[in-house]
Amino acid sequence: MIVPAERAVGKQVQLMATCLYDAFFDDVARATVQVLEYLGCEVVFPEGQTCCGQPAFNAGDWVVARKVVRHAAATFSGSGPIVVPSGSCAAMLFHGAALAFEHEPDWPAVRELGARTWEVLDFIVSGLGVRKWEGECRKKIAFHSSCHLRGTGTPAAARLLLGSLRGLEIVEHAEPEQCCGFGGTFSVSFPHISANMGRLKLENIRAAEPDLLVAADMSCLMHLRGLAEKLGNPLPVKHAIQVLRDALSAEGKIK
Amino acid sequence: MNKVPCFGQPVDKFVATVSDEVYHSVHSASAIKSDKRRELLARDFPDPRRLREIAGQIKRHTLDSLDKYLPLAVASLERNGAKVHFAADGDEARRVIHQILQERGARKIVKSKSMVTEEIHLNDYLAERGIEAIETDLGEFIVQIDGDQPSHIVTPIVHKNRRQIAESFERHGLGAYNDDPETITRRARKFMRDKYLAADAGITGANFVVAETGRLVLVTNEGNSRFSLAAPRLHIALVGIEKIVPADRDLAVFLNLLVRSATGQQFTAYTEFITGPRADGQRSGPSETHVVFLDNGRSEILATEYRDILRCIRCGACLNICPVYRQASGHAYRSVYPGPIGAVLSPLLAGGDFARLADLPKACSVCGACGGDACPVCIPLSDLLLRLRDKAKREHASLSARGVPPMGGFAELAARPVLWRGALSAGRALNYFPLDLAPVPPLSRWTAARTLPEFRGGEFRRWWKKRHHE
Repeated sequence: MIVPAERAVGKQVQLMATCLYDAFFDDVARATVQVLEYLGCEVVFPEGQTCCGQPAFNAGDWVVARKVVRHAAATFSGSGPIVVPSGSCAAMLFHGAALAFEHEPDWPAVRELGARTWEVLDFIVSGLGVRKWEGECRKKIAFHSSCHLRGTGTPAAARLLLGSLRGLEIVEHAEPEQCCGFGGTFSVSFPHISANMGRLKLENIRAAEPDLLVAADMSCLMHLRGLAEKLGNPLPVKHAIQVLRDALSAEGKIK
Repeated sequence: MNKVPCFGQPVDKFVATVSDEVYHSVHSASAIKSDKRRELLARDFPDPRRLREIAGQIKRHTLDSLDKYLPLAVASLERNGAKVHFAADGDEARRVIHQILQERGARKIVKSKSMVTEEIHLNDYLAERGIEAIETDLGEFIVQIDGDQPSHIVTPIVHKNRRQIAESFERHGLGAYNDDPETITRRARKFMRDKYLAADAGITGANFVVAETGRLVLVTNEGNSRFSLAAPRLHIALVGIEKIVPADRDLAVFLNLLVRSATGQQFTAYTEFITGPRADGQRSGPSETHVVFLDNGRSEILATEYRDILRCIRCGACLNICPVYRQASGHAYRSVYPGPIGAVLSPLLAGGDFARLADLPKACSVCGACGGDACPVCIPLSDLLLRLRDKAKREHASLSARGVPPMGGFAELAARPVLWRGALSAGRALNYFPLDLAPVPPLSRWTAARTLPEFRGGEFRRWWKKRHHE
């Protein structure tokens, strides 16, 4: 993973809500705003935003992917941090784009975009220097470390913040490094393998008997939750930022 | 377990045909090897990642200077008394090897396990010319008597269990059915002994060739490569040109990594260092050593952005950790090299026939465990798989398009914010539509195994707007 050595910091942040959350998971985007504002950030939401380009990039259509990344670069102008509640969208901008743009004349501008992009939990810990989260969450949670977080600061940040909540226990599951099987368009191009991978992940997670499955990427959770529901045995899922927000709400720290 | 309907992709279709028995063999063996690799590396080295990076740098350096190291290796091998040959492709390699054998009247061959001989289908070629080549690695021997294909580059019969092996032995006249592993091994051993003693030549690959000293390095657990070189007077080693390492001291890095990554052992039972034919005064060993360097598309790969794949030391760790390989097993990849390494290497080695295997790089969820966690020489495997998807799209658009939903409409939408917002709002209609019956293929492929969450397109934007206009 190409993770920028130095990244934009500061409390004037632009929110990248992601296409998936724009369509399905508005509460995760909302929780991101609430948490960042609680931490004293001024959050801006550029309304022209659409997507990071990852679906086309993974599908091998790099011409289309570049078009979408260029749109993102134009939309998120400025020099402050861009915060996104999805590890894979963040990785698209600092790792994927580096591959797709290596021979392009506008690579410097795209590199600049990547060097401003943070996954939100990584931003809270490494960008804002928060080491502890006040509040309570009396739950056993399983944390799925999504594949696109490999080599980034997010898994450690998530464990640090979640682990500091009073009453919260992180239960470890078998084969934690194994992918959930979502993989973007992989999930519909290879439906059989994708579903088998997901069921195996669910088995491993259920064996740890968590009350809640938590991740830093809703795409994995959309897949796992959807599989569990289809199998007639629903599994509660939440983005880590929702867990942090809920802990603040429960203590009346945010409205 | 309810089965999901299968669609067009060959690897996905293959998975539906994998029996539960094969799946469990492959999955558990892969998981065990992955865990042992990780445990041993963490136990034995303070910073395994750093060691992997160093190994990757040595390999990269060697490939960058192959024009220097290859002639150096040739000079060292010749100094040691070996004869060196070059083969541009599989066809030439087969002819060179056949000619060496023919000129010496060799009809009976014992072979030590070698993926590169699989790559050029050497056994079939020799058999057609009346030369018997017996595989002496137990796994490869079972593959051979079954007329099967290896399904893993290190453990070729990971897809078989001992009952199937006992049946194969019975069929092949190696005794009545007995599935006790020790009995099976003893029978194979007895059968092999006579073959070793009667052999005219031993054919091996090489795990490494040291440029500085001309040393051929072979690692095995069964000692079969040593036996293959004990009685025969002729040794032929077929070696890919990428197997060169600069100096003996580099072997410390590679042997420590190779064996731990391959089988989760500290060291294999046998590690041989071969410096040419039997010297005066030595009591055993071949009197002639031939090294055939095989290109077969490698120098072409070296000139491309996919060159990092040539760092591979064939440990199989990427197969073992790969969640797709664990579901699909090796035969799904329709080529000699399966798993992540195969999904990159096989289409590239196919050269002009790239399109035939262009679907393999797509059979991957881009989880990155192979290159990020497992590969002992840090090959960025998932980046290479992504690059090959781009290549497939550029060179064979219609073919590759079959594997993924078309992206053109998506681009139009994603580059036009007004259209995007419109589509998000209109998409709410989805909530009122019987999705399981939807005629749109990607949607039905999703809903065959999973529910869709409630569509809430535009909700966040409405919340944002309301909040900022209060």
